[in-house]
Amino acid sequence: MPRHISIMKSPPAVKNTDALRIRPAVHSDLLALTALDEEITGLAKRKYWKETFARYGARRRLPRFFFVAEDNGRIEGFIVGEVRAWEFGEPPCGWIFAVQVRPKARLSGVGTRLFEALCAAFRRAGVESVRTMMARDNHLVLSFFRSQGMMAGPFIELEIALN
Amino acid sequence: MKLQKASSFALYAVLELAANPTHPLSGTEIAEKYGISAHHLAKVLRDLGRAGIVEAARGVGGGYRLTANPKRLTLLDIIQIFEPVGPQNVANGDPELVTDAGCALRIVLDELDDHTLATFRSITISTMLKLMTRKPWVNSAPATKLARRAASRR
Repeated sequence: MPRHISIMKSPPAVKNTDALRIRPAVHSDLLALTALDEEITGLAKRKYWKETFARYGARRRLPRFFFVAEDNGRIEGFIVGEVRAWEFGEPPCGWIFAVQVRPKARLSGVGTRLFEALCAAFRRAGVESVRTMMARDNHLVLSFFRSQGMMAGPFIELEIALN
Repeated sequence: MKLQKASSFALYAVLELAANPTHPLSGTEIAEKYGISAHHLAKVLRDLGRAGIVEAARGVGGGYRLTANPKRLTLLDIIQIFEPVGPQNVANGDPELVTDAGCALRIVLDELDDHTLATFRSITISTMLKLMTRKPWVNSAPATKLARRAASRR
Protein backbone atom coordinates (compact mmCIF):
# COMPACT_ATOMS: atom_id res chain seq x y z
CA MET A 1 0.00 0.00 0.00
CA PRO A 2 1.55 3.28 -0.96
CA ARG A 3 2.21 5.69 1.82
CA HIS A 4 0.97 9.25 1.58
CA ILE A 5 3.73 11.61 0.62
CA SER A 6 3.79 15.08 2.03
CA ILE A 7 4.63 17.17 -0.99
CA MET A 8 4.05 20.88 -1.14
CA LYS A 9 1.15 21.17 -3.56
CA SER A 10 1.09 24.81 -4.46
CA PRO A 11 4.25 26.45 -5.71
CA PRO A 12 5.61 29.33 -3.66
CA ALA A 13 4.91 32.88 -4.71
CA VAL A 14 7.18 33.59 -7.63
CA LYS A 15 9.34 36.58 -6.95
CA ASN A 16 9.91 39.06 -9.72
CA THR A 17 13.63 38.85 -10.40
CA ASP A 18 13.72 41.83 -12.78
CA ALA A 19 15.21 44.02 -10.04
CA LEU A 20 17.77 41.37 -9.21
CA ARG A 21 21.33 42.30 -10.09
CA ILE A 22 24.23 39.86 -10.20
CA ARG A 23 27.57 41.55 -9.62
CA PRO A 24 31.01 40.80 -8.20
CA ALA A 25 31.14 40.98 -4.41
CA VAL A 26 32.76 44.09 -2.98
CA HIS A 27 34.32 44.66 0.41
CA SER A 28 31.25 46.49 1.74
CA ASP A 29 29.16 43.31 1.13
CA LEU A 30 31.13 41.36 3.74
CA LEU A 31 28.85 42.10 6.68
CA ALA A 32 25.70 41.22 4.73
CA LEU A 33 27.32 38.06 3.31
CA THR A 34 28.42 36.89 6.72
CA ALA A 35 24.96 37.59 8.16
CA LEU A 36 23.25 35.74 5.30
CA ASP A 37 25.50 32.71 5.77
CA GLU A 38 24.84 32.80 9.51
CA GLU A 39 21.07 33.02 8.88
CA ILE A 40 21.24 29.89 6.72
CA THR A 41 23.82 27.76 8.54
CA GLY A 42 23.42 29.03 12.10
CA LEU A 43 27.20 29.50 12.27
CA ALA A 44 28.92 32.88 12.54
CA LYS A 45 32.08 32.69 10.42
CA ARG A 46 33.30 36.28 10.12
CA LYS A 47 36.99 35.34 9.76
CA TYR A 48 36.24 32.67 7.19
CA TRP A 49 34.25 35.03 4.93
CA LYS A 50 36.81 37.78 5.32
CA GLU A 51 39.54 35.39 4.17
CA THR A 52 37.36 33.95 1.41
CA PHE A 53 36.62 37.44 0.13
CA ALA A 54 40.32 38.30 0.21
CA ARG A 55 41.10 35.20 -1.86
CA TYR A 56 38.15 35.16 -4.25
CA GLY A 57 36.58 38.58 -4.23
CA ALA A 58 39.49 40.94 -4.31
CA ARG A 59 42.06 39.39 -6.64
CA ARG A 60 40.39 39.81 -9.99
CA ARG A 61 43.46 38.88 -12.03
CA LEU A 62 43.12 35.24 -11.02
CA PRO A 63 40.26 33.16 -12.44
CA ARG A 64 38.41 33.32 -9.13
CA PHE A 65 34.85 34.59 -8.87
CA PHE A 66 32.67 35.74 -6.03
CA PHE A 67 29.25 37.00 -7.17
CA VAL A 68 26.34 38.32 -5.16
CA ALA A 69 22.66 38.65 -6.05
CA GLU A 70 21.39 42.04 -4.96
CA ASP A 71 17.72 43.01 -4.90
CA ASN A 72 16.91 46.60 -3.94
CA GLY A 73 20.11 46.92 -1.98
CA ARG A 74 19.69 43.62 -0.14
CA ILE A 75 21.99 40.63 -0.69
CA GLU A 76 19.73 37.64 -1.49
CA GLY A 77 22.44 35.14 -2.33
CA PHE A 78 26.01 34.53 -3.43
CA ILE A 79 28.15 32.04 -5.30
CA VAL A 80 31.90 31.42 -5.20
CA GLY A 81 34.06 29.48 -7.62
CA GLU A 82 37.36 29.32 -9.42
CA VAL A 83 39.11 27.72 -12.34
CA ARG A 84 41.11 24.79 -11.05
CA ALA A 85 43.87 22.85 -12.68
CA TRP A 86 42.91 19.19 -12.67
CA GLU A 87 44.79 15.95 -12.25
CA PHE A 88 44.37 12.55 -13.91
CA GLY A 89 44.92 13.95 -17.39
CA GLU A 90 41.84 16.17 -17.26
CA PRO A 91 41.89 19.79 -18.49
CA PRO A 92 41.22 22.63 -16.02
CA CYS A 93 37.59 23.10 -15.07
CA GLY A 94 35.35 25.51 -13.22
CA TRP A 95 34.85 24.58 -9.58
CA ILE A 96 31.94 25.83 -7.47
CA PHE A 97 32.51 25.63 -3.77
CA ALA A 98 29.81 27.80 -2.22
CA VAL A 99 26.29 28.84 -3.10
CA GLN A 100 23.67 30.26 -0.76
CA VAL A 101 20.27 31.84 -1.33
CA ARG A 102 18.16 33.45 1.38
CA PRO A 103 15.40 30.92 2.23
CA LYS A 104 12.59 33.37 1.42
CA ALA A 105 14.12 34.11 -1.98
CA ARG A 106 14.41 30.46 -3.02
CA LEU A 107 12.55 28.96 -5.99
CA SER A 108 12.44 32.37 -7.63
CA GLY A 109 15.45 32.10 -9.91
CA VAL A 110 18.09 33.75 -7.71
CA GLY A 111 20.28 30.65 -7.57
CA THR A 112 19.87 30.09 -11.29
CA ARG A 113 20.97 33.67 -12.09
CA LEU A 114 24.03 33.26 -9.84
CA PHE A 115 24.88 29.89 -11.40
CA GLU A 116 24.53 31.30 -14.92
CA ALA A 117 26.74 34.28 -14.08
CA LEU A 118 29.44 32.01 -12.71
CA CYS A 119 29.23 29.68 -15.72
CA ALA A 120 29.56 32.70 -18.03
CA ALA A 121 32.68 33.77 -16.12
CA PHE A 122 34.10 30.26 -16.41
CA ARG A 123 33.43 30.26 -20.16
CA ARG A 124 35.23 33.58 -20.52
CA ALA A 125 38.13 32.06 -18.58
CA GLY A 126 38.33 29.32 -21.22
CA VAL A 127 37.13 26.21 -19.41
CA GLU A 128 34.57 23.81 -20.84
CA SER A 129 33.11 22.11 -17.78
CA VAL A 130 32.00 22.93 -14.25
CA ARG A 131 32.26 20.63 -11.24
CA THR A 132 31.34 20.67 -7.61
CA MET A 133 31.20 18.23 -4.71
CA MET A 134 28.91 18.00 -1.71
CA ALA A 135 27.57 15.63 0.90
CA ARG A 136 25.17 12.99 -0.44
CA ASP A 137 22.60 14.01 2.15
CA ASN A 138 22.64 17.70 1.19
CA HIS A 139 19.38 17.24 -0.72
CA LEU A 140 18.63 20.92 -1.15
CA VAL A 141 21.87 21.93 -2.85
CA LEU A 142 22.14 18.64 -4.76
CA SER A 143 18.65 19.24 -6.16
CA PHE A 144 19.62 22.79 -7.09
CA PHE A 145 22.68 21.69 -9.07
CA ARG A 146 20.66 18.90 -10.69
CA SER A 147 18.05 21.46 -11.72
CA GLN A 148 20.82 23.39 -13.49
CA GLY A 149 21.56 20.30 -15.56
CA MET A 150 24.55 19.02 -13.61
CA MET A 151 24.98 15.26 -13.56
CA ALA A 152 27.46 12.76 -12.14
CA GLY A 153 30.91 13.50 -13.56
CA PRO A 154 33.74 11.18 -14.55
CA PHE A 155 35.26 11.02 -11.04
CA ILE A 156 34.32 9.12 -7.90
CA GLU A 157 35.27 10.69 -4.59
CA LEU A 158 37.04 8.22 -2.25
CA GLU A 159 38.29 8.60 1.30
CA ILE A 160 39.68 6.64 4.22
CA ALA A 161 39.87 7.38 7.92
CA LEU A 162 43.48 7.92 9.04
CA ASN A 163 43.14 6.45 12.52
CA MET B 1 19.98 -0.92 -12.83
CA LYS B 2 16.42 -1.42 -13.95
CA LEU B 3 13.23 -0.14 -12.35
CA GLN B 4 10.17 -2.28 -11.85
CA LYS B 5 7.48 -1.78 -14.48
CA ALA B 6 5.13 -0.02 -12.06
CA SER B 7 7.81 2.55 -11.15
CA SER B 8 8.62 3.28 -14.79
CA PHE B 9 4.93 3.57 -15.69
CA ALA B 10 4.40 5.95 -12.77
CA LEU B 11 7.30 8.13 -13.89
CA TYR B 12 6.05 8.23 -17.49
CA ALA B 13 2.60 9.23 -16.26
CA VAL B 14 3.83 11.90 -13.86
CA LEU B 15 6.18 13.37 -16.49
CA GLU B 16 3.36 13.50 -19.04
CA LEU B 17 1.03 15.19 -16.57
CA ALA B 18 3.74 17.65 -15.48
CA ALA B 19 4.45 18.52 -19.12
CA ASN B 20 0.72 19.23 -19.66
CA PRO B 21 -0.32 21.13 -16.54
CA THR B 22 -3.44 22.70 -18.10
CA HIS B 23 -4.63 19.63 -20.00
CA PRO B 24 -5.81 16.59 -18.01
CA LEU B 25 -4.80 13.30 -19.65
CA SER B 26 -6.52 9.94 -19.54
CA GLY B 27 -4.64 6.80 -18.62
CA THR B 28 -5.35 5.46 -22.11
CA GLU B 29 -3.71 8.48 -23.77
CA ILE B 30 -0.57 8.02 -21.69
CA ALA B 31 -0.54 4.24 -22.20
CA GLU B 32 -0.84 4.64 -25.97
CA LYS B 33 2.02 7.13 -26.14
CA TYR B 34 4.39 4.78 -24.30
CA GLY B 35 3.02 1.52 -25.71
CA ILE B 36 2.31 0.14 -22.25
CA SER B 37 -0.61 -1.74 -20.70
CA ALA B 38 -3.51 0.65 -20.00
CA HIS B 39 -4.78 -1.79 -17.38
CA HIS B 40 -1.47 -1.81 -15.49
CA LEU B 41 -1.18 1.98 -15.82
CA ALA B 42 -4.68 2.43 -14.35
CA LYS B 43 -3.55 0.57 -11.21
CA VAL B 44 -0.41 2.69 -11.03
CA LEU B 45 -2.41 5.92 -11.39
CA ARG B 46 -4.71 4.81 -8.56
CA ASP B 47 -1.66 4.33 -6.32
CA LEU B 48 -0.34 7.76 -7.33
CA GLY B 49 -3.76 9.21 -6.49
CA ARG B 50 -3.75 7.59 -3.04
CA ALA B 51 -0.29 9.07 -2.46
CA GLY B 52 -1.60 12.56 -3.25
CA ILE B 53 0.50 12.99 -6.38
CA VAL B 54 -2.23 12.97 -9.03
CA GLU B 55 -5.98 13.42 -9.00
CA ALA B 56 -8.67 12.30 -11.40
CA ALA B 57 -11.35 14.61 -12.72
CA ARG B 58 -14.49 12.93 -14.08
CA GLY B 59 -16.73 14.02 -16.94
CA VAL B 60 -16.12 15.74 -20.25
CA GLY B 61 -12.56 17.02 -20.44
CA GLY B 62 -11.73 14.84 -17.47
CA GLY B 63 -8.60 12.86 -16.89
CA TYR B 64 -5.66 12.91 -14.55
CA ARG B 65 -3.73 15.97 -13.48
CA LEU B 66 -0.68 16.43 -11.30
CA THR B 67 -1.42 17.83 -7.86
CA ALA B 68 2.10 17.70 -6.43
CA ASN B 69 4.56 20.51 -7.08
CA PRO B 70 6.94 19.30 -9.82
CA LYS B 71 9.73 21.47 -8.38
CA ARG B 72 9.48 19.50 -5.13
CA LEU B 73 8.40 16.05 -6.28
CA THR B 74 11.45 13.81 -6.67
CA LEU B 75 12.03 10.55 -8.49
CA LEU B 76 12.45 8.93 -5.07
CA ASP B 77 8.99 10.11 -3.94
CA ILE B 78 7.48 8.21 -6.86
CA ILE B 79 9.68 5.13 -7.11
CA GLN B 80 9.48 4.23 -3.43
CA ILE B 81 5.70 3.91 -3.72
CA PHE B 82 6.26 0.87 -5.91
CA GLU B 83 9.55 -0.67 -4.82
CA PRO B 84 12.13 -0.43 -2.03
CA VAL B 85 15.05 1.92 -2.72
CA GLY B 86 18.30 2.19 -0.77
CA PRO B 87 19.94 -0.14 1.73
CA GLN B 88 17.66 -3.05 2.61
CA ASN B 89 17.33 -4.90 5.89
CA VAL B 90 19.13 -8.21 5.81
CA ALA B 91 17.48 -11.24 7.39
CA ASN B 92 18.95 -12.79 10.54
CA GLY B 93 21.42 -15.54 9.67
CA ASP B 94 22.07 -14.14 6.18
CA PRO B 95 25.74 -14.63 5.16
CA GLU B 96 25.88 -10.83 4.66
CA LEU B 97 25.60 -10.49 8.45
CA VAL B 98 27.57 -13.41 9.78
CA THR B 99 30.55 -13.96 7.46
CA ASP B 100 33.50 -11.69 6.65
CA ALA B 101 32.93 -12.07 2.92
CA GLY B 102 29.25 -11.34 3.38
CA CYS B 103 29.90 -8.25 5.51
CA ALA B 104 32.47 -6.93 3.00
CA LEU B 105 29.96 -7.47 0.18
CA ARG B 106 27.28 -5.70 2.23
CA ILE B 107 29.47 -2.61 2.59
CA VAL B 108 29.99 -2.43 -1.17
CA LEU B 109 26.29 -2.95 -1.91
CA ASP B 110 25.31 -0.34 0.68
CA GLU B 111 27.67 2.15 -1.02
CA LEU B 112 25.87 1.58 -4.32
CA ASP B 113 22.47 1.85 -2.63
CA ASP B 114 23.44 5.12 -0.95
CA HIS B 115 24.40 6.63 -4.30
CA THR B 116 21.16 5.41 -5.87
CA LEU B 117 19.15 6.92 -3.03
CA ALA B 118 20.97 10.27 -3.24
CA THR B 119 20.53 10.38 -7.03
CA PHE B 120 16.79 9.65 -7.00
CA ARG B 121 16.26 12.06 -4.12
CA SER B 122 18.06 14.96 -5.82
CA ILE B 123 16.24 14.82 -9.16
CA THR B 124 12.84 16.50 -9.29
CA ILE B 125 10.18 16.15 -11.95
CA SER B 126 10.99 19.70 -13.12
CA THR B 127 14.62 18.68 -13.54
CA MET B 128 13.53 15.63 -15.56
CA LEU B 129 11.44 17.86 -17.86
CA LYS B 130 14.48 20.09 -18.43
CA LEU B 131 16.59 17.00 -19.16
CA MET B 132 13.99 15.85 -21.70
CA THR B 133 14.15 19.25 -23.39
CA ARG B 134 17.94 19.43 -23.32
CA LYS B 135 18.40 15.87 -24.67
CA PRO B 136 22.01 15.39 -23.50
CA TRP B 137 21.95 11.87 -24.96
CA VAL B 138 22.07 13.33 -28.47
CA ASN B 139 25.71 13.50 -29.66
CA SER B 140 27.12 13.02 -26.16
CA ALA B 141 29.02 10.46 -24.13
CA PRO B 142 25.89 8.91 -22.60
CA ALA B 143 24.49 8.43 -26.10
CA THR B 144 27.69 6.66 -27.07
CA LYS B 145 27.34 4.52 -23.98
CA LEU B 146 23.76 3.68 -24.94
CA ALA B 147 24.81 2.88 -28.50
CA ARG B 148 27.60 0.61 -27.21
CA ARG B 149 25.15 -1.16 -24.92
CA ALA B 150 22.68 -1.65 -27.75
CA ALA B 151 25.45 -2.97 -30.02
CA SER B 152 26.64 -5.45 -27.38
CA ARG B 153 23.13 -6.91 -27.17
CA ARG B 154 22.94 -7.55 -30.91
